[in-house]
Amino acid sequence: MSENGKVKRKLLDELEKGPWPSFVTEIKKAAEANPVCDDLLGQLELSYEEKKGHWKHGGIVGVLGYGGGVIGRYSDIPEQFPNVAHFHTIRVNQPAGWFYTSSAIRTLADIWERHGSGLTNMHGSTGDIVFLGTKTDELEPTFKELTEAGFDLGGSGSCMRTPSACAGPARCEWACYDTLKVCDDVTRTYQDELHRPPFPYKFKVKCAGCPNDCVAAIARADLSVIGTWKDEIQQDDSAVAEYAAKGLDIQKEVVDHCPTKCMNWDGKKLTIENHECVRCMHCINVMPKALRPGKERGATLLIGAKAPIVQGALLSSVLIPFVPADELKETMDELIGRIWEFWDEHGKNRERVGELIQRVGMANFLDAIGLDPVPEMVTAPRDNPYIFFKDEEQPAEAEA
Amino acid sequence: MATTPTRKRITDIGPPHYSKFLHPLVAKNYGKWKFHETLEPGVLCHVGESGDRLYTVRAASPRILAVQTLRWFADLADKYADGYLRFTSRNNVEFLLANKDNIAPLKKELASQNFLVGGTNNAISNVVHTQGWVHCHSSATDASGLVKSVMDALASHFTQEDMPAKLRLAVACCLNMCGAVHCSDIAILGTHRKPPKIRHDLLPKVCEVPTLIASCPTGAIRPATVDGKQSVEVVEEQCMYCGNCYTVCPAMPLNDPDNDGVSIWVGGKVSNARSAPKFSKLAIPFIPNNPPRWPEVVDAVVKIVEVYAKHARKHERMGEWIERVGWPRFFELTGIPFTRYHIDDFKHAGLTFARSAHVRF
Repeated sequence: MSENGKVKRKLLDELEKGPWPSFVTEIKKAAEANPVCDDLLGQLELSYEEKKGHWKHGGIVGVLGYGGGVIGRYSDIPEQFPNVAHFHTIRVNQPAGWFYTSSAIRTLADIWERHGSGLTNMHGSTGDIVFLGTKTDELEPTFKELTEAGFDLGGSGSCMRTPSACAGPARCEWACYDTLKVCDDVTRTYQDELHRPPFPYKFKVKCAGCPNDCVAAIARADLSVIGTWKDEIQQDDSAVAEYAAKGLDIQKEVVDHCPTKCMNWDGKKLTIENHECVRCMHCINVMPKALRPGKERGATLLIGAKAPIVQGALLSSVLIPFVPADELKETMDELIGRIWEFWDEHGKNRERVGELIQRVGMANFLDAIGLDPVPEMVTAPRDNPYIFFKDEEQPAEAEA
Repeated sequence: MATTPTRKRITDIGPPHYSKFLHPLVAKNYGKWKFHETLEPGVLCHVGESGDRLYTVRAASPRILAVQTLRWFADLADKYADGYLRFTSRNNVEFLLANKDNIAPLKKELASQNFLVGGTNNAISNVVHTQGWVHCHSSATDASGLVKSVMDALASHFTQEDMPAKLRLAVACCLNMCGAVHCSDIAILGTHRKPPKIRHDLLPKVCEVPTLIASCPTGAIRPATVDGKQSVEVVEEQCMYCGNCYTVCPAMPLNDPDNDGVSIWVGGKVSNARSAPKFSKLAIPFIPNNPPRWPEVVDAVVKIVEVYAKHARKHERMGEWIERVGWPRFFELTGIPFTRYHIDDFKHAGLTFARSAHVRF
């Protein structure tokens, strides 16, 4: 299918049209420098014709001493597309918050041009820089250059996956703790667990600076760290008046949307019953100049989120309602240690922590990790009477 | 005995420390930002307690980026943003500018290469997605092609903040959901519908049977002897088409052009703003793959977006709007048929049953 020396891709070429940036254009750009990407385009065109994928997972591939960070990928039609017979993915641990300098970006680009396809994802779903497609022989040389440039691999398999963080205090006034520092500290503390999978399944940590949760911690992280505050919303009355004067309907757009009806607007003054506020962020989102999170800041720790595999999707639920910002890392370390110990002992193969909790019961899990139950952990107490009482809470049988 | 290493091998260093990559204005105002405002779609201004102003210009990327484009981003960062840039959790690239005058020329250069500026506040932001046919073995569809096709149709909602609230789309190419799309306003999910076809001829040669059996999340794979050779059988009613067996055993292919396609899910969110985070719920159980443009999927998504934009109140996310008006109204307004597949029959099934006499007529 060659025309004037230029390979035509009938179906994929369609995807270069239209206003949205095109991934096909990106693959073609990479193909100009590296013919490997021509075979990627060829195989992808075939997938578009046949409506099916042509990749195989494969045996364990990786770098010496690590059990993760590389995803083995092979074409199932290597005779047709020999340049992508091996086309492994390398996950590279991103800097916290995804901040870069231009020179760091060029360093990464140069390394990947020398050793791989030249195609990347910025970033993969978990947060890693993804290097898309190389041969087994190139893994060690890529790793050597990466580490010499100060980068390391991310996680894959049943390990502590690469933690991620939102922009946090670097560029957001709502960050209730230092998401970048906590994410970076956690990543460094658990390098062994990140690179050498020791668990029943994956374990993810995500650090969101406020309840807006820009990193989807509550949906995706086994341990979700979501910033919050304990004292009153900081309120600037003159700025509230300014919003009103500029036409913001404070009653309709702010007060009426408050989930706990803890606000009142009398046309001049906004009052907030802070003890009834659940820190949802709506009013702050709408009036960022007038309202800000309080000064006593920290995070809520939640446990157990995951996508569907194996037993269905779960959202994280509250484990510790409030940890002050300066105690966060220490508390997390202690908690992570106890959670991993229990999971290691009781978790089944491919059972995420959230599923383990479902199986053994939250109360037993709390006992095991040494946390007392608090009402913030539930939306309501149980509504069924199947209570398994513990022996020690019942008087011993009357002695004769 | 260990051999003497010929060179020092560096391991376990973790990522570079983020402090090396912070714009001087970011470093100076770290933790001391006062508020932000949106100057125009895709352009934010963060104001520090110091009075400093930092401008962010956000552009969509297709997630798959050639190193040539990364270098171009680096050049743009040098030219307009003192060499500093970042990426968002939704595959947008952000340039961090000290000089307000650089916004317009940067936008112009981005536009010249089809990199749209937008995605802030009540715009439709970029689409979280997975690898699809580009690089995944268990994909039931292509993620990048779907994103491109859908966003070509919705691009004007990326460059303008014209939705009632945030609208977050995601695409995952199978139910393993590497893209964790399960809490999105609209999720497009690759869907297999048939169990793997076992290649009994190949299986004993390329697969370890115990590993293969252990790979199945639902225990649907059992040992079996076929034509005198050791192989496996699949209890088909237990298979939910995750492809984990194919991951460990290439003799268990489940890709099936006639039975693979996508499902569409709506009304999820991760933010705690107003209502609690929630899962996306099934809107359309199956649409066959129709590459390269998936017109039926694009039409369905555009229709859902249009109906939502027309009927939701300001600040109401998709799920919040549907909860207010009710699911029957959602199906009526969108014209999507309600089927047996919409009624949950997995383990927490009863949670989504209507357990009250609250019915809208």
